[in-house]
Parts: sequence; structure tokens; C-alpha cells
Amino acid sequence: MTTLTDPPAESFKLSMLVYDTRYRSITFQILALVAVLLLFGWLTMNTAQNLNDLGKEPSFSFLGESAGYDINQRLIDYSSQSTHLRAAFVGLLNTLLVAAMGCATATVIGVIVGVLRLSGNWLVARLMTVYVEMFRNVPVLMWIVLCMAILIEAMPPPSAFRGDDPDATMKLFDSVAITNRGVYIPEPLFSRSLGDFHVGAAFDVSINLIAILIVLGASIFVARGIARRADAKQEATGLRPRTWHTRLAVIVLPTVVLLAILGFHLGYPELKGFNFAGGTYMRNSLIALWLALSLYTAAFIAEIVRAGILAISSGQTEAAAALGLRNNRIMSLVVLPQAMRVIIPPLISQYLNLTKNSSLAIAVGYMDITGTLMGITLNQTGRELETVLLGMLVYLAISLIISGVMNWYNNRVKLVER
Amino acid sequence: MADTHAETVLFVRDTMLPQQEPPLSTVGPVGWARTNLFSGWLNTIITIVALLFVINLIAHLLPWFISGTWNATSLNDCREMMAAVGNEQGGACWGVIRERWPQLMFGFYPAELYWRPVLVLVLLFVALAPILFADRTPTRMLGFTAVFPFLGAWLLWGGTIWNPITALLGFVVGYVVFSLVSKVVNAGVSLFVAVVASVIWWTTLAGYVVLGLSAIAPLAIASVQSREFGGFLLSITIGVTAIMFSLPIGILLALGRRSHLPLVKALCVGFIEFIRGVPLITLLFVASTLLNIFLPPGTNFDIILRVMIMTTLFASAYMAEVVRGGLAALGKGQYEGADSLGLDYWQAQRLIIMPQALKISIPGIVSTFIGVFKDTTLVSIISMFDPLGLANAIRADASWNGIYWELFIFIGAIFFIFCFSMSRYSMYLERKLQTGHR
Repeated sequence: MTTLTDPPAESFKLSMLVYDTRYRSITFQILALVAVLLLFGWLTMNTAQNLNDLGKEPSFSFLGESAGYDINQRLIDYSSQSTHLRAAFVGLLNTLLVAAMGCATATVIGVIVGVLRLSGNWLVARLMTVYVEMFRNVPVLMWIVLCMAILIEAMPPPSAFRGDDPDATMKLFDSVAITNRGVYIPEPLFSRSLGDFHVGAAFDVSINLIAILIVLGASIFVARGIARRADAKQEATGLRPRTWHTRLAVIVLPTVVLLAILGFHLGYPELKGFNFAGGTYMRNSLIALWLALSLYTAAFIAEIVRAGILAISSGQTEAAAALGLRNNRIMSLVVLPQAMRVIIPPLISQYLNLTKNSSLAIAVGYMDITGTLMGITLNQTGRELETVLLGMLVYLAISLIISGVMNWYNNRVKLVER
Repeated sequence: MADTHAETVLFVRDTMLPQQEPPLSTVGPVGWARTNLFSGWLNTIITIVALLFVINLIAHLLPWFISGTWNATSLNDCREMMAAVGNEQGGACWGVIRERWPQLMFGFYPAELYWRPVLVLVLLFVALAPILFADRTPTRMLGFTAVFPFLGAWLLWGGTIWNPITALLGFVVGYVVFSLVSKVVNAGVSLFVAVVASVIWWTTLAGYVVLGLSAIAPLAIASVQSREFGGFLLSITIGVTAIMFSLPIGILLALGRRSHLPLVKALCVGFIEFIRGVPLITLLFVASTLLNIFLPPGTNFDIILRVMIMTTLFASAYMAEVVRGGLAALGKGQYEGADSLGLDYWQAQRLIIMPQALKISIPGIVSTFIGVFKDTTLVSIISMFDPLGLANAIRADASWNGIYWELFIFIGAIFFIFCFSMSRYSMYLERKLQTGHR
């Protein structure tokens, strides 16, 4: 008969905090925490003392004061009497505008270039390689400044469009004017407009736009319903009814009818005096930034698309071909759905990079949030700490939202592993 | 049977015919062109369009390139020279490069001291050789690599030679303390003590030692202020420093992010996600306007150093994610194998995990390096004179007002050479370290 004896009661020794693996991790973590807290405390104390010496109490009340400067590129009403907060918001909208435009064009160019790099045509593949290497290996800031320089120096001034035999003419059936002051494109106008919708006192939203979006959304929903019914019929009978014309009609017709009701027409830019009037005016800074960011990011996206397509093993393509699928069906039904899973995460991080790179707008004078909040507002109010912190928080929020979307998508499409 | 067969068959060939040449249209340049350029009508059209595009481009660019003038001292001067030789369509005004290239290279660095940055660049390649081509250079050269950062900084900024020497002595102090203390307590604690000793040396004692030694033996070269740095000298100085420090810090951050200690992990995740979530330009704003507010009143340290710190932190966060990807790609078996051999955490990381993880992440690491080097151009926004800042200054100059292609082609070409060779090197390294079966 054996009796179990308790292990000898250990007495706790101070050295066990370092040598005993049970306590060591806790010791180290507490040490690390203390070190970090000390560092932050030290920084905060320094900051408090420095700001006190400068006579600047940290406060965000400057955001409510009148900004006193103009912003030439804006999506919402703004005047120099508006507050700094509103100036920052105008800047944020400008950031989002150029980021959205850039992401769209970069994706289109990037996908085309990426697919063409894999083309069987040697010359085309080489040309695309040159494009990708050229844009990837030169700083984006240089592309932005270069685009701006080209627009300013090489484009004709508005006066060149004047006279009977002008040096420059408007492009695309006299609808677009490219000048060294910017680009004028036709603007959408409504002769029977529904007016604006006031959100509080701060913003006006065009009811026309809302109406068009609602109608378009509803028709897309109906069209998808038709496609689903066709799917169900195909499942049941093996025959797929031809639906693309009804779907197209369902999507296009209501919108066209609505546009006709609203009296939609285009307002063309016209030369008046020394400059163009009418139409939508896109500033050089916006165009240069948009173009440079799109071309630069497209080079990266092209590589991502290429890698995504190459990641699908040739067995998949061959198996699909053995099943008798045609080439375009192999691409759309077998290769792309699998390649998308590889492409999307790095693609979204490129969108994120583009959004962050749009902060280089300050180099060409485009008024994004870096230019308003961290540029002029900082210089006018002298509130470095508050403006830079606020600006960082805004970018951080944008980044977190985009990566949140990415994680959501990733979880949705990821292979279910058992 | 055999006989009857021989009688009925008139002729049987008993030797093999020599193989026929493949038809001319499938081999050689013609065959290559048929498969790669003209297979099918669509491909032929595309080829012709692309060919026309290339020919058009060359026909426009080549004359512009070679008919340019090299001796003009201003844009008007250049245009007059062009008109004098009857060049109607215009050519490049390379005069701006000839006149300004010392500035684009060295910024406002004193002209009589140009040999110092040049020497540092040469020494940089000497110091890099044992790292880049480890199998073809003697291991002893690594000693020079270790000394190079101090030597390079001394040559660039000048001043007394005792500065880099005492800075190096800090490591000697740390090593001596480590070997003394490690006889009493374990490695972790003695490493901590050694680091504390080195920091004490650098922050307090070193200053007095430098003063004393310079009083005894005043060995010094002319010192250069940071604001005189510019051009590619500035880009490369910031870029190389950020590249050098971002890898070790990035590895530590990646290990911290995968650590089992919740607090360490939280700190690393917070740091990485914060840095990756904001644009570099905001961090440079912090460097140029806020860092003085965060530090004790009266401290005012060098703007280049501040920018270097921020760029390094920025690059390390990206590096950490790249290394984390490499760590995640390793099989669990590697960790378990290391455990079963009885290796402790740091031994396992050093001998088993890191060599494999870093090999996997070479492409990512190098593209982070390239990104950092390209991002050094952002310092032009906080009014430092890197090549782009200088280009803006030259374009604002009355004599070169209106010039842009020549400048940007020159700057872009140099960036291209650096970045492209980095990416080619990474491909070479990947091939060299390839151990799998393909």
C-alpha cells in the first residue's frame, strides 16, 4: 500500500520571478507595461510643459472658429466664413473623391495590364512589363509632380481656343476642353429639377441624384430576380431561358424614363472672355493626382492580377476544357472565381495604399484633408498637436474601415476547411 | 516461312531514315514570330498596332533625346541654340542636368568635400558585399561592415573622430558588462544589464570622454551641417538607415505580435496597426513639428535624424507584417521539432525558425526596402531638399522656368536603377536559396 504524499510545499522565493517559467512571463509583461507607461508619462509631461511654456492649452475649440481661407475644389458649400471643422470635412470629402476615382481607374488599367502581361503575344507582354517596371520603380510623388508639370506646361492656355483659326480645339465633339488651367467636361443639368434636400443646415443633397439611385437600385433588384428565376428553371428543366434582353430593358428603361421626366441634358463648357464657363471644371491638381495615383497603383494591381491568375493550377483549366467548356466560360466559371480569392486581399490593401498616398495631394496643392486640416488650418491656428492628431485619426479610421471590409470579404469567400 | 516472305516482299528497308528537318515555318526566327506574334488574325492585328505604337514612340523620342543641347545655361539659351541649328521640333535641354547635377547629387554639401560622400558610397558597397554575396567574399570583411555605420556617419557629418569611436566603445562596454555579469546570473538578465550599461555610457559618460580625448588629441575633419545635405545624398542616407534598422526592429515586432504574452502582443499589434493606418507624410509632420513638443524643453535635435527615426518606425511596421507572413507560412512541425530538440525560444528562433521564415519573405522584405527608398522623396514636402525638392527649386529658378521632362527623366532614371537592381537582386537571392524541388 502506497500513500500519496503531497509534494513538499514550495516556499516562494524572489528569484522564482525570473527563473520559474510559471512566473517569468508575468514578470516580463509587468516590466514591459511599466516601461511603456513610464515612456508615455514622460512624453505627456514633456508635452504638457512645452505647451504650457508656449501658452497653448490643448483644446479643439479652434475647430468652431471661422477658417478664413478659400478652398477652390469642393463638393459641398464652403466659404471663407465657414468653420475649420467644415474646411476639414471638405478636405475629407476631397480625399475620398480622389481615392474613389483613383481606385476605379487603377483597377480597370491594372486588370487589363495584368491580363495582357500573360498574353501569348510576345510584344504586348513585353510592353506591359515595361509599363509595370517603369511605374513600380519610380516614386509616386515624382509621377504626381510630373503629371502636374505636364498639365501646366504642355497644355494650351484658354486663349489658344479663341479666334477663327485657334491653336487648340475642344476634344470629343467639342464637349471637353483641356487647358493649362484644368479640364472642362460637360455637366449634367435638369430642367425640371426636384431641388435639394437639406440635411440639417449643413449639407444639401440633390433629390434628383437620390431619385436616380433609388430607381437604378430597384431595377437592378428586379433584374436579379429575373436571373434567379432563370437559374431555377435551368435547374429544373436543364434549359435556360434567354433573359439578357429583358434584364437589360428592366435596368435601362426606368432610368431613361426618369431622366426624361427630370429633363436631363448636358451643359457644355463654352469660351467666355478669358476663360471657359459652364460645364464641370476639374482642376489640374485633381487630374494630376488622379492620373498619377491610378497609373502608379495600376502597376501594382497588374502584378496582383497576374499572380492571382498564375496561382490557379493549369489542371483546373485543363479539367474545365475536358468537360467541354468554352474558353470564356473556363475563365468566368473556373479560373476567375478561384483567382478572385487570391486577388482580392492584396487588391484591397492597394486601395488602402492609394488612399494613403492621396495625402501627397499637398505637393500639387489639391485641398484634401492633409492640405486643409494639416496644412492651412495648422499654419493659421498654430495648433500642431491637435490638427496632426486629428488628421492621423481620420486616416486611421479610413484604414480600419477598409480593412474591416477586407476581413469581412475574406471570411465570406474563404475555403471552408474541415 | 521466312523464305516465302522474302520472296513476296520486294524491298524491306533495314536502316532508319535520317530525321527530316522541321519545316522552316516552325523553327528559327520565323517560327518564333509565327507562334509569338502572328498566331491568328487577332494576334496579328494586336502585334501590328503595338509595333506601330513602339515605332511612333521611338521616332518621337529618339530625336528629342539625341538632338538635345548640353551647353545651354538657361532654357531660353537652349531654345536659341536649337533654333540656330535649325531644329524645329525641339530637343532636350540637357544643360540643366550638366549645370545642376552636383546639386541634384549632393544638395548644398560643400563642393570641396564632395569626395567624402563619394567615398562613403564606395565604402557602402564594400560593406554590403559580404552581406549580399556571402559565399564569394571572405567572412573577415563582416568586421568592416560592422564598423561602416560609424565610419560613414563620421565621414558624412565630419567633426571629431572621437565621436564614432566612443559610440563604438558603447558596444564594447556592453559586451564587457555582459561577459562579467553572465557569470553570476542568466543570459536574459545579463543582456538587460549590458544594454543598460551601454545606454548609460552613450547618454552620460561618452560626452565627457569625447571632450577629454579631443582636448588630448584633436583629430577632426571639417564638420557639415545637416541642412547642407540634399539631393540623392539625402535620399540614400535616409533610405539606407531606414532599411538597415527596419529589418531587426521589424523582426522583433513580428515576434512580439505572435507572442503568447498578451500584453506584449497587444503593444505590438497597436504599434503596427497605428503606423500602417496613417500615411507616412503625417508621421513626417510629427517629425518636423511635433517631436520637439514631445521631448524635454530645450531639446532640439537634428531634422535628418528625426526624419530617419520616423521613416525607420514606418518601415519596421511594414517589415513586421512581411516577416509575420513568413512565420505564419512555416509548418507547426518546425516549432515542435525545435522544442523536441530542447532548444529554448531564442535558440529555436535563431537556428530553425528565422532562417526559413526570412527566406520565404525575401520578396516582401525587398519590396518593403524599395518602398522605403521611394518614400524618402516625401521629405521634400517638409521642405528638405531631396532630388524632388531640388527639382522644384530648379523649376522655380528664372533661368530654368518651364523645364520638366529632362529633370524628371534624370531623377526617375536614377531611382529606377536603384530600385530595379534591388528587385533583381532579390530574384537572384531567391533562386540561390531555393532548396525545394521544382
